This record gives sequence, structure tokens and C-alpha cells, in this order.
Amino acid sequence: MTTQTDTPAAETADRRSWLREHSELGVCVLLLALGVLVLTDALTMDVDITQRGPVGPRTVPVVVGVGLLVVAALLAMDVLRGGRGQAETGEDVDLSEPADWRTVLLLTGVFLGAAVLIEPVGFPVAGALLFWGAAFALGSRRLDRDPLIAAVLSLATYAVFNNLLGVPLPGGPLMGVL
Amino acid sequence: MDALNSLMDGFGTALTPVNLLWAALGVLLGTAIGVLPGIGPAMAVALLLPVTYGLNPIAAFIMFAGIYYGAMFGGSTTSILLNTPGESAAVVAAMEGNPMAKAGRGAQALAAAAIGHFAGGLIGTILLVALAPTVADLAVDIGAQDYFAIMVLAFIAVTSVLGSSRIRGLASLLIGLTIGLVGLDQMTGQQRLTFGSLQLADGVDVVIVAVGLFAIGEALWVAAHLRRSPGEPIPVGRPWLGRTDVRRTWKSWLRGPFIGFPFGAIPAGGAEIPTFLSYVAEKRLSKHKEEFGKGAIEGVAGPESAASASAAGTLVSMLTLGLPTTAVAAVMLAAFQQYGIQPGPLLFEREPDLVWGLIASLFVGMVLLLALNLPLAPVWAKLLRIPRPYLYAGILFFAAVGAYAVGGEVVDLVILLVIGLIGFGMRRYGLPVLPAVIGVILGPNAEQQLRRALQISDGSVSGLVDTPFAVTVYAVIVVLLAWPWVRKLVGRRAGADA
Repeated sequence: MTTQTDTPAAETADRRSWLREHSELGVCVLLLALGVLVLTDALTMDVDITQRGPVGPRTVPVVVGVGLLVVAALLAMDVLRGGRGQAETGEDVDLSEPADWRTVLLLTGVFLGAAVLIEPVGFPVAGALLFWGAAFALGSRRLDRDPLIAAVLSLATYAVFNNLLGVPLPGGPLMGVL
Repeated sequence: MDALNSLMDGFGTALTPVNLLWAALGVLLGTAIGVLPGIGPAMAVALLLPVTYGLNPIAAFIMFAGIYYGAMFGGSTTSILLNTPGESAAVVAAMEGNPMAKAGRGAQALAAAAIGHFAGGLIGTILLVALAPTVADLAVDIGAQDYFAIMVLAFIAVTSVLGSSRIRGLASLLIGLTIGLVGLDQMTGQQRLTFGSLQLADGVDVVIVAVGLFAIGEALWVAAHLRRSPGEPIPVGRPWLGRTDVRRTWKSWLRGPFIGFPFGAIPAGGAEIPTFLSYVAEKRLSKHKEEFGKGAIEGVAGPESAASASAAGTLVSMLTLGLPTTAVAAVMLAAFQQYGIQPGPLLFEREPDLVWGLIASLFVGMVLLLALNLPLAPVWAKLLRIPRPYLYAGILFFAAVGAYAVGGEVVDLVILLVIGLIGFGMRRYGLPVLPAVIGVILGPNAEQQLRRALQISDGSVSGLVDTPFAVTVYAVIVVLLAWPWVRKLVGRRAGADA
């Protein structure tokens, strides 16, 4: 009795750890999807009128698309044979601990938020929120210092780019008041 | 002689007060950003691109030259004082430089590195002046089929020479080529991969791809694996060298460039291989072999000099052929395209002011670098203490500024984030970033040359190989592709003989 109830659970655990071990297959799936996308786009293209010269706008996308499919297959073979891509190392990178997904998600959210805000509230405010939010997500909790640094950095960048370097950034209502 | 006259004109351009100011600013910004841990030269140049949007091209490239050399020097400061090189080219500097710093000889290590960069940059740039016009002259008659062959060589070289896995390099290249396809076809105006979106019809700006892959991708990757306790930098005083140190190092400074320069000019990964070769050579030639691994000053001087010279070598192929051999050169090529300038053999004829002003400013930048960095080293060392949340928040902040400044559109920020997430995934699964960037930059160009060549030959594929130049390049490609098998075969035979 006990063996029968144990086996499915062990099997799913096995399968899960196999998937975790072979998560790089996800890259193959993405490459495959990208290849299909490129090929579909190339083959549904309407080129009769625009074709000029022996090679039209379709040829290179077809080559790239087929290349993606081939690479996806080769990479899958490599992964199944035990090949692994080496995660990149760096000065501040510690690979001994598992990835901290919460921070990555938070940063992505903060970045998207700033992108949405930049036009309605202007760059100085949106930029300051981006810096403060990102610093917060990365673990900085100095409420006395962080917002101040964010505001100064954002205002100074706005002034340098907009007024000194001639690269226009939206000022927003705040700059209208000042 | 002609080159010398042009160079003198170049100095006339580079030594005007305004341009001198841009060069100094470039060196300072480049060093500061290069010292910051986690930021290599490629990210430094990509992040500083928007600073130059409002400048004229000459001022912009003078500043870039300063940023490039400054960032390379800054990187070696980080490895010597922190012993956690973020960049493969700086690994060697850490091997000898960090033990020196630990033994209280950090000042000497920094001085040996700074003078090494100066010597390497100087000799490398002299070689650049001597060789570049000749290469440009030789290349001036090359046609569309030859350009296409060179670009294929670049694609093959970045995917098969760099990194540990060819298949992953190829995957990265294809991702880049796909991004490069987005937009209107240059020859027919046909929409490709735009899905009816007007914004995508303009294509994805190369700057956004570079900033996304190098800056956002890196910041997110580090954020996922942030070291809880960052390494403590070793405090250091003003760099100086005693007489015995100079006696030990001057030959190393002079040897380095002759290893570094040739490797920079070919697509073999920039400074990574030559710094290592220089290290091995110094170890073999040194009278103090027992010190290697424990802080031998020659092991800092030679490789650093080789690294700087390889940067000059990179510029030869970038300026004369439009062929980027390193990530920094790729970003600089993107900057050229931003100004509507196409580097290549004609650049020396069409834009002599720009090219020679840029080369002259390399000399100016080197002198400034030496003059600023020796006294400022303790200040740079302080930058290593920056709290990591501020550092990576700052990278995201400036990446957003750069992407928004390209066209003033919010959608660019979203594209930037998507490409950043791709860069994150690539770092996680060991896909090298450089092939993707090269694919985006050279892909559209390569397609255009291919189609032009086939138009001339009326569709016959033989039109791609009808010049000796193109045939030579394809022969090199075949050797590159066959190399792993050749090596295996030779190794087996040698094993059988023994």
C-alpha cells in the first residue's frame, strides 16, 4: 500500500528536479518560438511588387528563422547530453546562493512605473522615484538619505541634460512651477 | 609622411581649448565609471552615449576616446584594490596586483598599471597612425562582396573564438540578427517583424539594444545575486615607483604593446587573450619568477600595457574596415551610425578632421590620464566604497535617461526593459552578450551588402567570391570553423606518436 502511494509523489518530485536541472531547455523553447515567429513573418510577407534584385526582403529573415530553429535543436541536444551554460560571474555577484527573484521583480516593476510616470509628472519626479525605488528594492532602507540623494541626482541630471547638453527631457508640472 | 601631416592637423583639432575640455571630461568620467565595481568599459561607453547627443561628432568622439582609455584604467584599479575583477581583461591585473596591495605595495601596483597603460596606449596609437592609413588605402577598392565577407568573418569570429560554447554564441548572434531585422527593409521599404506597429517600423535603436543588454541586463543579474558583504577595498596612498621597481618594469611596459596590439586588431576577444599571453611571457622572462602569484610587479606592468595597446589595435579595424572586434568598439560603431557616419576605408578620405582629431586626442587623453590618475588614485579608491544599492539603482537610472534621450518616447523604455530581461536570461544561461550586439549592429549592413553584391552579379552566387580578397576572408573563416577538429586531430596524432 505504502509503496503505491509513494511512487507518484516521488515521481513528480523527480520530474520537478529533472526540470530544474534542465531549465536551460526553456531557452531552446524561446529560440524555437522566435524562429517560428521570424519565419511566419517572412513567409506571409507580400513582396511581389517590392522585390528588386535577385534577393528580396524575404531571404535573410528566412535564413535567420531557419538558423534559430537549428540552433534551438542543437542547444536542446547539448543540454540533454549534460552541457550547461555557465552563469556569468562578476565583482558583486555571489552565485553560491539561489537567485533572488523578488528583487528582480521589484526592480522591473519600479522601472515600468517610472516609464509610465515620466510623461505625466516629468523626468525629475519620475527619475527620483526610479532611483529611490530601485535602491529600496536592492535593500537600502535609509529613509533620511535615500530620497534626498534620489531628488538631487534626478534634478542635477535633468539640468545637465536639458540645459547644458541640449538633450531635451520632459520637465513636467514641477518644472513649470519652479 | 602624409600620415604625419594629417596627424599634425589632428592635433590642431584636438588641442583647441573646448576639445581639450571634452577630452579631460571623458578621461575623468571614464575612469570614475570604470573604477565603479560592476561597470566594464563597454557599459561605461554605452551609459555615456547620451551625454554626447547634443555635441558635434568631433567633440563626441574625442570624449569617447577619453572614456575608453579611462574606463580601462579604472577597471584595473578595481581589480588591484578589490581583487574581484568584473572584466576578463582585468583578471590578470588582479593576479599580481592584489597580492601587491595586500603586502602594502598598492601604490606601486597602481603606478605600474598607470604607466603601463600610458606606454601601451602610446605605442599602440603610434602603430595605429602608422598602419591605419595603409590599411584604409588597401581596403578602399573593396566591393560589396568583400564587405559581406568581412562581416561574415566578424559573425563567425565572435561566436567561435569567444566564450566556451559555440552553440550558445550562435544563439546569441541569431537573437541579435533578429532584433536587427525589426523595422522597414532598407532597400524595399517592406515592413518586417513590426506587427503593424508604427514605433517598431523605425527599427530598434542600436543604443537601446546596447544599453539594455550591457546595463539593464547586468544590473538585474547582479540584483538577483547581490553579494551580501561586498569586498573591502585596500586603502592606498599616492602611486609612486622606486628605482628598483622601474628597473624591473620598463622592459615589460615596452613588450606588452607588441602582444596586445595585433590581438586588438583581429576579432579575438580584445584584451582577454593578450593580457594573459603577456603575463605568461613576463613570468618566463622575469628574474624574480618566485614572486609570481605573490605580487610580482612585472605581472602588472606587462599585461596592463598589452591591454591598452589592444584598445588601439581595436580602433584600426573599427576605423578602417568598420569591423568592431570588442564590445566597446561595437558601441562606438553604434555612436558613429548615430551621426550618420559609416566607418570604413572611405572614412579617412571623407572625414579626415574627425579621424585625425580622434587619433590625436588619443595621445592627449593618454597624457591626461597619466597626469590625473597618479595624484587622484586615492580619490578613485574611495569610489569602491559606494553602497551597492545606490550603484545599481544609478545604473538603472542612467540607462533610463539614455534610452529616453534617444527619441523622447516612453515605448523605448519598455523596449529597453524587455531587452534588459533578455540580457538577464542570457547571463543566467551563459549566452555571451557580444555576439548579439554585433548581430544588431552589423546585421542590417551585412544584408544590404549581400543584396548589393548579388544585384551586381545578377543573382549568381559566384558574385560573392569573385575577388581574391573575399576568397582569402572565406578561407580564414573555414580555418576558424575547422580549428577545434584540427586541434583534436593534431592532438590525437601527437598522442599516437608518443
